[in-house]
Parts: sequence; C-alpha cells; structure tokens
Amino acid sequence: MLLIRCPYCGMDRPEIEFRHAGAAHITRPGPPDRVTDEEWAAFLYLRDNPKGRVAERWRHIHGCGRFFNAVRDTVTDVFVVTYKAGEPRPPESLAPEALTPEARP
Amino acid sequence: MADGFTDTPRFRLVEAPPLARFVLRAPDAALKVTGKAYGLALPEALNRGASHGERGKPGARVALHLGPDEWWLIVPEAEGPDVAAALEKALAAHPHSLVDVSHRQVGYVLEGEGAAGLLNAGCPLDLSETAFPPGMATRSLFHRVGLMIWRMTPGLFRLEIDRTLAPYFVAALAEAAKDHS
Repeated sequence: MLLIRCPYCGMDRPEIEFRHAGAAHITRPGPPDRVTDEEWAAFLYLRDNPKGRVAERWRHIHGCGRFFNAVRDTVTDVFVVTYKAGEPRPPESLAPEALTPEARP
Repeated sequence: MADGFTDTPRFRLVEAPPLARFVLRAPDAALKVTGKAYGLALPEALNRGASHGERGKPGARVALHLGPDEWWLIVPEAEGPDVAAALEKALAAHPHSLVDVSHRQVGYVLEGEGAAGLLNAGCPLDLSETAFPPGMATRSLFHRVGLMIWRMTPGLFRLEIDRTLAPYFVAALAEAAKDHS
C-alpha cells in the first residue's frame, strides 16, 4: 500500500486514510461584487492537468483530520513532499532529506 | 457478540461500560488550565494518550490527542456533567468547543498476544511496537469503518467505534479471528 506522510502527524500513514481534495494554491477571487463571471468560472472549474509534478490538497480524514498540501508526480504517483496548509509550495530542488523515501534520487 | 470469539487464548474482546466522552477543540494556550481543571495533563504530542485510574471507576481520566487542536476526554459516566462544568469554567477565557459525544461511540478492549495481529487483519497501520509504541493513540480504519486505536500496553488496545458501525466491526473482527486463533 502506498504510504503518505502526514505533515501534522509526522508519520507515514496508509493511503486509504487520506482523501484527495483538488488542486492546491487556488486563490479565491474577490471581493465578490467585483468578480466577473469569467473569473469565477475559472476559479471554480479551470484546472491545469500537467504531466509530472502537481501540488494538490489532501486530507488526513481517517487520522488527524487536517487538510495539507502535497507535491505528487502524476506519472509515477510518487509523493515528492508533503507540507502544511498555508505554507508555500517548496522549490523544485529540495535536499534529499526533505523528500519522501520514494522520491529520493 | 459473535460466538467463540470473546475469550480465546490469544485475544479477548471486551465491551466497555457506559462512559462519558467529550471532544475538546481548543488552542495550545488553553492546555494548562484545561489539564488543571480536568485532573490530568493533556498530552501535548499529537497521537498520544494519557490516563490515570481504572476505566469506569471513580476518578478515572483519559485524554487522547487525536488532531492538532483536538482532544478526546473520557471519564466515568456519572462524572460527565461535573467534568463538563469544570472544563467550561476553566476554558471561559479561550475560544473552544466542548461537545458531549458519550453516546456516539462504543468502547472496546482488545487484549492478548495476538491482538495486534488481529487488528491488522483490517487495519493497515504498522502496529509493530517500534512504529506504534504503547501510549500511542490515533484514528484509523478497520476495513470500511473508522475507529480510534489507543495502545495502552504492548498487548492491550482500547478501541472506540461509532455505535451504529460497531456490529460490523465486531462481525469483521470475529471473521478475522477464525484465521488468527
């Protein structure tokens, strides 16, 4: 079973304890009375679908309950790094210690 | 309860007596006053449990740290209202939520040398003693139902399962027990 590191629990936990929750770092446009329909539609529906590393929201629903962010490779399904909600996406070149074991070179 | 399963040489499942349970959501700043009012220091490390006294006996206290700002507090049923009142008083200065969930869950004790192996029939956590030492408590899954697992000693687990899902849990555990006896 795939193991995912929860940044709050600080543990590698089985993947079925987690739920995917869409793309990360999507900023809600505002204020609402000045948002155009196009901007709102883009916020709701338009997402990139890249091949390679993507930042996603995940939730440790059957554990600590928290949402966090993860960089995952859509080709290999390897979780490169997980980090707490609110933190910026880590740079592409990370020290090997910061990576999950599967993502280390 | 399923036949021939409650008492085997390798494991035993016992249902807990009625208990009062609270879910406390509070900031770290409120921990000290809460511990004082509760009579047991709340564990600061995540996924840890603390207790004193014997379950169901007067004065028994359990505190489980299951989320970054979430603790479960379990006390004897008769002491529930008093504990809630004391905690509300102590927490008055802090934003918090204290919810009585006494009847939401059923508690079980699973004990014996085969307990960890039996739990692993449906729970994907690493329950070896290095990865899941005594004192550790966390929510997880058993097949399709969520449950709380708290390891008190190497061979003794306390479990909390939602009441409506408990029959499924016990039946699934009994089925697994056939392979583990």
